[in-house]
Amino acid sequence: MILFRKIRFLDETAQSLREGELLVQDGSIADFGTSLGAPEGAEIIEAEGAVLSPGLIDLRASLGEPGFEYRETIASAAHAAAAGGITTIAVLPDSKPALDDPALVRQIVLRGAETGSVTLLPYGAATRGCRGAELAEYGLLKDAGAVAITDGGHNIASSRLMRRALSYASGFGLRIVQHAEDVELAAGGAATEGARASWMGLPGIPAAAEAIAVARDIRLAELTGGAVHFAHITTAESLALIRAAKDRGLRITCDTAPPYFDLNETAIGDYRTYLKLSPPLRGEEDRLAVVAALADGTIDAIASDHQPRDADDKRLPFADAAPGGAGLATLLGVTLAQVQSGHLSLPQALALLTAKPASWLGLDTGKIAKGKVADLCLFHPDRSWRVAAGQLPGKAQNTPFDGRALEGVVLGTWKAGRRVFG
Amino acid sequence: MTSFRHLLGIEGLNPVAVTSLLDLAESYVLLNRSGKTQRDLLRGRTLINLFFEDSTRTRTSFELAGKRLGADVINMSVSTSSVTKGETLLDTAATLNAMNCDLLVVRHHRSGAPALLAQKVDAAVINAGDGTHEHPTQALLDALTIRRNKGRLSGLTIAICGDIAHSRVARSNILLLTMMGNFVRVVGPPTLIPPGIDAAGVSVHTDMEEGLAGADIVMALRLQKERMDGGMVPSAREFFAYYGLDRRKLGFAKPDALVMHPGPMNRGVEIDSEVADDAARSVIKEQVEMGVAVRMAVLDTLARGYN
Repeated sequence: MILFRKIRFLDETAQSLREGELLVQDGSIADFGTSLGAPEGAEIIEAEGAVLSPGLIDLRASLGEPGFEYRETIASAAHAAAAGGITTIAVLPDSKPALDDPALVRQIVLRGAETGSVTLLPYGAATRGCRGAELAEYGLLKDAGAVAITDGGHNIASSRLMRRALSYASGFGLRIVQHAEDVELAAGGAATEGARASWMGLPGIPAAAEAIAVARDIRLAELTGGAVHFAHITTAESLALIRAAKDRGLRITCDTAPPYFDLNETAIGDYRTYLKLSPPLRGEEDRLAVVAALADGTIDAIASDHQPRDADDKRLPFADAAPGGAGLATLLGVTLAQVQSGHLSLPQALALLTAKPASWLGLDTGKIAKGKVADLCLFHPDRSWRVAAGQLPGKAQNTPFDGRALEGVVLGTWKAGRRVFG
Repeated sequence: MTSFRHLLGIEGLNPVAVTSLLDLAESYVLLNRSGKTQRDLLRGRTLINLFFEDSTRTRTSFELAGKRLGADVINMSVSTSSVTKGETLLDTAATLNAMNCDLLVVRHHRSGAPALLAQKVDAAVINAGDGTHEHPTQALLDALTIRRNKGRLSGLTIAICGDIAHSRVARSNILLLTMMGNFVRVVGPPTLIPPGIDAAGVSVHTDMEEGLAGADIVMALRLQKERMDGGMVPSAREFFAYYGLDRRKLGFAKPDALVMHPGPMNRGVEIDSEVADDAARSVIKEQVEMGVAVRMAVLDTLARGYN
């Protein structure tokens, strides 16, 4: 039994944070209110000023395992997740081997359970080997535990194949998650096309490569009746298309990741490869559009987009360096920066990290309500820390936020009532 | 004298630094023509030419510049050795560091590679061309050539023609020439104009007559073979017809306009032999001579700053 006292939290029905107490019993939320008597034997955690949130639900991360253990392992990712207040991760399937086989999907679920600290929910591959040619076995993958279908960081490029994937997946009630980037326009690119990339001599990817992919897939969703989720959306133009499609009642959703609302392309500076991401960082106008879309509800979730890379992947000339940034430990802090700057309310920010991704995944978690499993994150919104590559929890140190001061310190993380961090 | 640690690009230099480098280079032109050398200046210093990309001209120019100042010069062509063995750029840097090299001249096919090396080595790094980013000594030698022939390096109209998009020479020249107060135009087919270039005070033209009208200097750039087979332009002959610098198109420029080319030339593609070899208009050979003098000035300046 744990009794949290002097905390602030957001219950299922409320629109704003309330102060009070919350009791965890047998791994579930037993009760909450302004004042609960302390039951005998309860561990008391008093945290004045702190916020107790549902454990964060990360809609998009690569874990390095299987196939890239030198970058990250499930154990090290679980450690980083717990330190970042994350208790559930939806795992991308473009590992080596790709999660295109029901046995591999089951294996990831089991490996998550083994950590005791994080639930791993694998995506099933959209195509065999995530190679973009033949459909994977969506039905068997779903039965094994796949939560949706995607080729991860690979765009499903063929219009014919994407149409079939959408159509076939809809029969199993599965969404297709798309890395929205026209492959041909993006080929060989290292940064967003424009004056900055031109002067740095970097091959460019036009920002329109995203909107072109989004426009096609919205139309294919309409054609097939399928559901598309656009991952890590970064441009004003794509967001306008998604907003319009939602207004028309199409089954379209999207997420973004912290770099795209916190940074713009100028962060690349003097060829800093930790800032090489896929999709690439955009201009300031696009960043502002992402912020606005978080606030107006066009964006359905904020995902870490964790992409572990090691020094050998990154200590290269910019065009040769592997794209991707570590994101587990900074997901909460960078999101809270939008609260401090007044663009999001704290309930809005937390919903984008908990209730909304939970509902997208069809989970019965991500909210504070009686009887719900006690996946919890206790953080202090006013305490600050400085992100330092080399000192992050977990193995992957390739943070795009190196040196950034963040407000929002995770004091503790609980998985089904058991303390896993802090 | 302005001092700086490395020469990674024209970006980061100011007009005073450029002028003093050119003044110093001018003195080396006279020295070189007199047949004398100054072997005491860099005596005991080691200069390594680290070339990840083939270049006989630039490497030879740096080699000559180093030797005329008395440096011990070593040439390393990495494309044929370590890289094929899996050695990374930074492994190479660590190796060179252990050899106590003083001046490191780097050419690399990737933009930003010399900047990456500069973070990891103790030597002064000179960018001898990185990807499609910069080639600062080429811009300096072009500036010296212009200044000697026109008597000034400001208020001139300079047309840079051809493959701007893939040209580090164009980028360094635009930065240097606009910084010194000239009017720079870029002329080429839209597929070879880098996006956003017009934001830098450069005017963009797709027509040679318009781009060359009244120009004091016409610079033709090399068009790489792989770009002329339908990828960026349909064919070499179509490119030559519309953008190749020949007698007729040169006629749009001022009567005393000078013709420049960073070399090596594709005759009959970006430039016609008749123009390239016209001693009255073409200063292409002089550019090569200025290259040695400018590189001596750069090595001298960096070695002193490094001391």
